[in-house]
Amino acid sequence: MAPDALGAILLAGVTLYAVLAGADFGGGLWDLLAGGTRRGRAPRTLIDESITPVWEANHVWLIFDLVIFWTAFPHAFAAVMTALALPLWLALAGIVLRGAGFAFRKELTRVPWQRAAGAIFAFSSLLTPFFMGTVVGAIATGAVPANASRASLAAWTSPTALLGGLAFVTGCGYLAAVYLTEEARSRGDRRMQAYFTRRGQAAGVVTGALSLAGLAVLHGSDPALYGRLTGRALPLVVVAGACGLAVLALLTAGRTACARVTAALGVAAVICGWGVAQYPVLLPGTTVTLSNAGAPHATLAALVVVFIAAVVLIAPSYTLLFTLQRRRLLGAGYNGTAPAAPASPSPLPPMHPQQPREEHTSGRRAAFALVALAVLTRRGRHRG
Amino acid sequence: MNSASTVIPARAEMAFTLGFHIIFACLGIALPTIVLLAEFIGLRRKDDTAMRLTRRWSQAMGVLVAVGTVTGTVLSFEMGLLWPGLMRQYGAVLGLPFGLEGIFFFLEAIFTGIYLWGWDRLPSWAHWWSGVPIAVSGIFGAISVIAVNAWMNQPGGFTQHGGQITSVDPWQVFFNHAAPYEMPHMVLAAYMVAGFIVAGVYAAGILRGRRDRYHYTGFALGFVPAALLTPLQILVGDTAARAVAHDQPVKFSAMEYVPQTASHVPEWLGGVYVNGRVYGGLKIPDMDSLLVGFRPGTQVTGWDSVPAADRPPAVWLIHLCFDLMIGLGFMLLLAGLWAAWSWWRRRRLPAQRLFWLLGTFSGVAAVAAMESGWVVTEVGRQPWVVYRLQTTAAAATTSGSVIITLSLVIALYAALGTATIAILQMLARRWRRGDVATATVPYGPPAAPRWPAREAGR
Repeated sequence: MAPDALGAILLAGVTLYAVLAGADFGGGLWDLLAGGTRRGRAPRTLIDESITPVWEANHVWLIFDLVIFWTAFPHAFAAVMTALALPLWLALAGIVLRGAGFAFRKELTRVPWQRAAGAIFAFSSLLTPFFMGTVVGAIATGAVPANASRASLAAWTSPTALLGGLAFVTGCGYLAAVYLTEEARSRGDRRMQAYFTRRGQAAGVVTGALSLAGLAVLHGSDPALYGRLTGRALPLVVVAGACGLAVLALLTAGRTACARVTAALGVAAVICGWGVAQYPVLLPGTTVTLSNAGAPHATLAALVVVFIAAVVLIAPSYTLLFTLQRRRLLGAGYNGTAPAAPASPSPLPPMHPQQPREEHTSGRRAAFALVALAVLTRRGRHRG
Repeated sequence: MNSASTVIPARAEMAFTLGFHIIFACLGIALPTIVLLAEFIGLRRKDDTAMRLTRRWSQAMGVLVAVGTVTGTVLSFEMGLLWPGLMRQYGAVLGLPFGLEGIFFFLEAIFTGIYLWGWDRLPSWAHWWSGVPIAVSGIFGAISVIAVNAWMNQPGGFTQHGGQITSVDPWQVFFNHAAPYEMPHMVLAAYMVAGFIVAGVYAAGILRGRRDRYHYTGFALGFVPAALLTPLQILVGDTAARAVAHDQPVKFSAMEYVPQTASHVPEWLGGVYVNGRVYGGLKIPDMDSLLVGFRPGTQVTGWDSVPAADRPPAVWLIHLCFDLMIGLGFMLLLAGLWAAWSWWRRRRLPAQRLFWLLGTFSGVAAVAAMESGWVVTEVGRQPWVVYRLQTTAAAATTSGSVIITLSLVIALYAALGTATIAILQMLARRWRRGDVATATVPYGPPAAPRWPAREAGR
């Protein structure tokens, strides 16, 4: 029971990392392909504004997933980290360079330096999804032995694993483009909405094609996994395909908010399909399952408690972050030498008429204001 | 069992990446508190100088948090990439405090996003409050991570049978025997590092003749909290050393050069231990026994109590780092006392150049003291990774090619560190010139209307 719960938690964590942070990496893909200084300015600005306040929070899902993985399933974790050391190091290099390049570019003012930092951000945004994809491909195809003692090159360079890497890159780009159409629409930017609609649809088609190619390769190389994907995981595979087709239509129809949710659901269905296909085996091709991967019951029970505490604390905070971002109350619109009072007219929407008086409130009222703001914006979201 | 050719590079890589990250971790833990203090003063007293400092620190924090986040991720991966043996055997135990840390890291990242990017858009006090969870979760996150290190020094709270962990008591894992002294020691260290780094930056400016209210305010906002915590830290550190003498006597004997178990053990200040002799140190008779048990006759365990294979390597390194940490701690205490005396007698900070030299040096000193402390506790625990349960060699990876990753990581981090410092200096230059234009749009000057008016009702 507890091992299954932890397996579900890990799968949920991976899904959240993919649909949240995956889009941040995808933003790097579109930044890379945005063209020269002039042509790329509008998409780069939109990408930058969309990623800025949230990428660090989204990135924490990876840390959370790693911790759940090594605590709940230490034997499987050690095997994966040993056998797949090389792609993991490379994915890690991508994470370091992506974050640093992105943060540094903001503070640079000279165009050549901005270009260099931007190029580092954009190129490394491809590294991480690609190598993560090969890692997932290697695990799914049973290339990780239970007692791995050496790093293996063959494990993650099989056709399936490499196709997985490519599909992760285009999948991240797909998510990013679909999310960015909604960002563009909410800003009233028709041009960018059309721009990312085209790219979202193209990336969706390519990702779908790569996934089908992966399935075809599996049919020959790993009939067992193929059988389970088209057997008990078939409903989820169908849902994933249906979501993908629906997104193409929704984007054309300009229903961007709906497309965003549907695209995320599609990716979630793919990841859950993978989970269902190999349940309860943790490392296919071995005897390592959810229940014999090395953690005693008390650890698993404690982790479930940690997860519940995490949901209780993180869900409202995350909601606040996303709500503030959607209301465009977060962004880099200040300069370091501005006086204490906002120099520019307040960008707050008129639904907060009491805002100027907030300057004089005491701390307690300010706390209330933050809560009230959260409540107000949440209600606004439901209305919208 | 591993050969030394893998274990040494793996240890070097862990030490290097951890030593790099921990500076940013300290800033991540404690800088938000200092920034919030400045913003509080700015809002409460309508103090433009404090407010300007807050905004600039917040901008620097954006860079520091990003570097801290990615270098922290490297450590998470390295737990498995460098130490799969440790994770395989004890992941189910030491993972639990990491799980809690994950929650606090989440809260930190979420509210950092709100605080850093909410300037001018959130009501000012709401903005201030959005920073409070960062400061609070920073402290609790640090406590959770230190729980893991403390557990590695004093493992407990689990039973194992035939190499399998059979039961775990999460409470005892978290609040293990070393937790009560390691946790406050590190949290205080983080506050001292962040405070003295801030103070050092502005002391350097004052030394160069920028004697204005802006620089004095910046200096005081970092120096005062850090200097106030210094005596407390020395007390905690003294207690910790005594506890280590009891809990990990071999580590303590290396810290203090105690080859044989004896009473009336002298205290060595400095000195290099080679082949049974101490060269160049200052010997204070009976002092070590006195510090451990408050009596000259107190017996102190020497490293002869365990076989040579169970002793840490390079006792001279452990001892010198220990002495350096203590020496720097007392130097920082002295700087604080000097400032306090001057304030008490003359209601102003000391005017002497030496004081501002000390102040300039204080940031580097605090970092060096903190790093030395980590060398003491980590090298001092060798050859064990989990004290008396698992050797570092048994924990290290067998995947090979650690030398290559070590070289690449050193090159990458050298570039990362250089770029971080260069960008912070560039920001400072820009602020001094009074440039209003901060680039926020990639590849070009900011567009004129940054924020087009929202369509009403959408």
